[in-house]
Amino acid sequence: MDPSRKRKIRLVVSLSVAVLLAAGLVYTSFSASTEAREPSEIIGSTSGSTYELTGKVVNDTVVRRGEDLRFRIRDREGSENLPVSYSGTIPDAFREGREVIVAGSLQGGVFVAERDSLVTKCPSKFTAEEKS
Amino acid sequence: MTSLGTAALAVGFLTTLYAIGAAIYGAVRRERRWVDSSRLAVYGFMGLMVICFLVLEVAFLSNDFAFQTVAEHSSTTTPIFYKMTAMWSSQEGSLLLWAFVLSIGSSAVLYLTRDSQRQVAPWATAVLMVLAAFFCGLMLFSVSPFVRLDPVPVEGAGLTPLLRNPYMAMHPPMIYSGYVLFSIPFAFAIGALITRRLDTTWIRSTRRFALVAWIFLGIGLLLGARWSYEELGWGGYWGWDPVENAALMPWLLGTAFLHGIQVQERRGMLKIWNTGLITATFVFCLIGTFLVRSGVLQSIHAFGASTVGGPLLVLIGITSLGSTLLIWSRRKDLQPERRISSPLSREAIFLINNLLLVGLTAVIFWGTFFPLISEAVTGVSSSLAAPWFADYVAPLGVLLVLFTGIGPLFAWGQLSGSAALRVLAWPVALSSLTVISLAIFTDVSSSPWALFLFGFAAFTFVALAQEFARAAITRRALTGESMPVALGSAMARNRRRYGGYTAHFGIVVLLIAVTASSSFQTKEDLRLAPGQSGKVDDYTLSYEKLVVDPNNERIAFNARLAVSKDGERIGTLTPARQYYPTQDPSAGPIGRYFEGEATSEVGLRTSGTGDLWTAFQPDLAPIEEDVEAGNKALADAGPVAQGIAIVAIADAYAADPPAATFRVIWDPLVIWVWIGGIFVMGGALFAVWPTSSSRQRAEVAKAAKAAREASGSTANPGGRS
Repeated sequence: MDPSRKRKIRLVVSLSVAVLLAAGLVYTSFSASTEAREPSEIIGSTSGSTYELTGKVVNDTVVRRGEDLRFRIRDREGSENLPVSYSGTIPDAFREGREVIVAGSLQGGVFVAERDSLVTKCPSKFTAEEKS
Repeated sequence: MTSLGTAALAVGFLTTLYAIGAAIYGAVRRERRWVDSSRLAVYGFMGLMVICFLVLEVAFLSNDFAFQTVAEHSSTTTPIFYKMTAMWSSQEGSLLLWAFVLSIGSSAVLYLTRDSQRQVAPWATAVLMVLAAFFCGLMLFSVSPFVRLDPVPVEGAGLTPLLRNPYMAMHPPMIYSGYVLFSIPFAFAIGALITRRLDTTWIRSTRRFALVAWIFLGIGLLLGARWSYEELGWGGYWGWDPVENAALMPWLLGTAFLHGIQVQERRGMLKIWNTGLITATFVFCLIGTFLVRSGVLQSIHAFGASTVGGPLLVLIGITSLGSTLLIWSRRKDLQPERRISSPLSREAIFLINNLLLVGLTAVIFWGTFFPLISEAVTGVSSSLAAPWFADYVAPLGVLLVLFTGIGPLFAWGQLSGSAALRVLAWPVALSSLTVISLAIFTDVSSSPWALFLFGFAAFTFVALAQEFARAAITRRALTGESMPVALGSAMARNRRRYGGYTAHFGIVVLLIAVTASSSFQTKEDLRLAPGQSGKVDDYTLSYEKLVVDPNNERIAFNARLAVSKDGERIGTLTPARQYYPTQDPSAGPIGRYFEGEATSEVGLRTSGTGDLWTAFQPDLAPIEEDVEAGNKALADAGPVAQGIAIVAIADAYAADPPAATFRVIWDPLVIWVWIGGIFVMGGALFAVWPTSSSRQRAEVAKAAKAAREASGSTANPGGRS
């Protein structure tokens, strides 16, 4: 076989491998990902699927009972909110009014969070908060 | 003082514009005077940036709250070290840091290439100064670090408590220096492409800068990981968070570039690939800056909505599109001088390693930007969690370890089958033995990727040992030195090679530690009241008592945990939680001391076999009544009475605390993450350190130049460093 033909075959083989791997990547990422929702988007829904709930912690709703942390999350722009029940590590930056993300599913009107899934956005920049 | 800063910034901006114009004019008209003048302008720009930097530092150190950024990120009670580092916790301060480091790096590289690179350097100057003009322009017209507050506040907001950790304070300048210094090889690559001077000169004169950038970025990653481990209270050092990924991606691409250019220098191959890699590395540095500043992805690091996202995105677009077109238009000049003739050659293994590193970057890129991708495709933003990343990174990392071991064993060009067998014999034999004994005597095989990784790591260690031994033996035969001396002098004679091998050793140690600590850790959340105890792995932890430690900055609750193993007490751990007061008046005069920011200080027991890591989350519900009462009774009382009340409340709580949650982690081998990291950086530093022979060469070149000038000759075609 002459070298240029050999090179061409090699190129085709490696490109197809790359395409196959990329297709696998795309496929697994869509099946493994969790959708992000705001409270207003899932209020009243009955499906038990897992979401990442994002929004702000409503003021004066944080209650701790032993291991269990309960609070309400509202839309970033809006007041519709959902009760959340959570256990696990509470990030240091968790506060009322902060933006948080928590993974879990809606069960009987309460968003039951997966353990340790709570993430708080770090308030590295205070200006935005003080001005609002 | 703010006006001095603004003035220096404005003059700096004009200087960059002049330098761009002079460099391009001088390059096009081939007038050295203009090129020299542009270089001097870059030095001047550095002087102005140093002034800006000092003005802001002095403002932080002297509590000059007339500076808005000082009032927002520092206070009179902030410790001095954090006053000095508070600058880059703000957006405007980190932009200034970018411009400051860029001015120093540009001046250094232009000084070193002042007598060479006649064609390439002016264009590189133009590229670097376009970047400088961009960042100066942003500060001047959008987010200035020199905004004046009127009236001047008497006290500042202070630095976010989470950022008060020495690792945290030092990691942004490291990451930024890495990002910025990658612009130097990038700028010279662009210069070489424009002038079609595509031999290895641009690589040789900037590869040290690439390596230094890589070291800075690597140190930044390590420090950030250490901060996460000590401060964030979740027990990990890497969480595949977008901003972590943003710093890892250019580091991986930079690693590929540092290896790719060796193939180009030795074999004249991978020219398009290398110019593409350095472009991609630099674009990812810009993306890293963008991700922190734009808030487009959900991240614990996001700095809130910001105004610089748009302009940065435009810069990223222009840089990637422009460089791609430029490389495409020069593809004929970038033809390889040879082709890879055999898979049994060092260049073939380097290419595979390059592909693995780029593949790793592609996976991380996809995962990081998946929320945006999925929103574009399906209309709903979805995100990928750490397990998805691990599924891809584990196999790629395992293969990377294997090829890291094989690469140095194979020679450039081609290796005969029997020679390959000879160099592979020992590593293959000993790594097989390792895998078999691990599978029989331990339960490592419960995690197949871990077993593979440990096996390949053994392979790489044996291969490296073989290389070091051969160098020492050859050297001893030549000089009759003793073994250790021979090894030392052999290494000193080829710093680039043996520094590289040391870095390889370090990265494999690091990956072993990462694998062990992620696959075999034990994590428990214990709920303990004082006097109770719980068991994690082989350790029994009992909650002895709670100690209150207030000072003028915060109130700390320190939990004392007695640690025992096999019934014998082996130590005490003191995980703590610290409460910083909030400025928010709605919390009340007493409440504000408990409702503000809180940080964790972990209790850590480190050993060579693993870390016992503990974090403490107290339940402060019982003090709410006291705080309410205090808020009412002491609303108008002076700070002294309030202070006494706060300490009294805290002491009463500590005397009879309720059950608290302790997170306890047994993290095997985790200390080797940091030790391995130190070896990687040490090895790279060893490689980049100027050798006596390179200094001699520089002196010879200088003498030759002086001789030429004395004889009146002006011929210096091309110039080689």
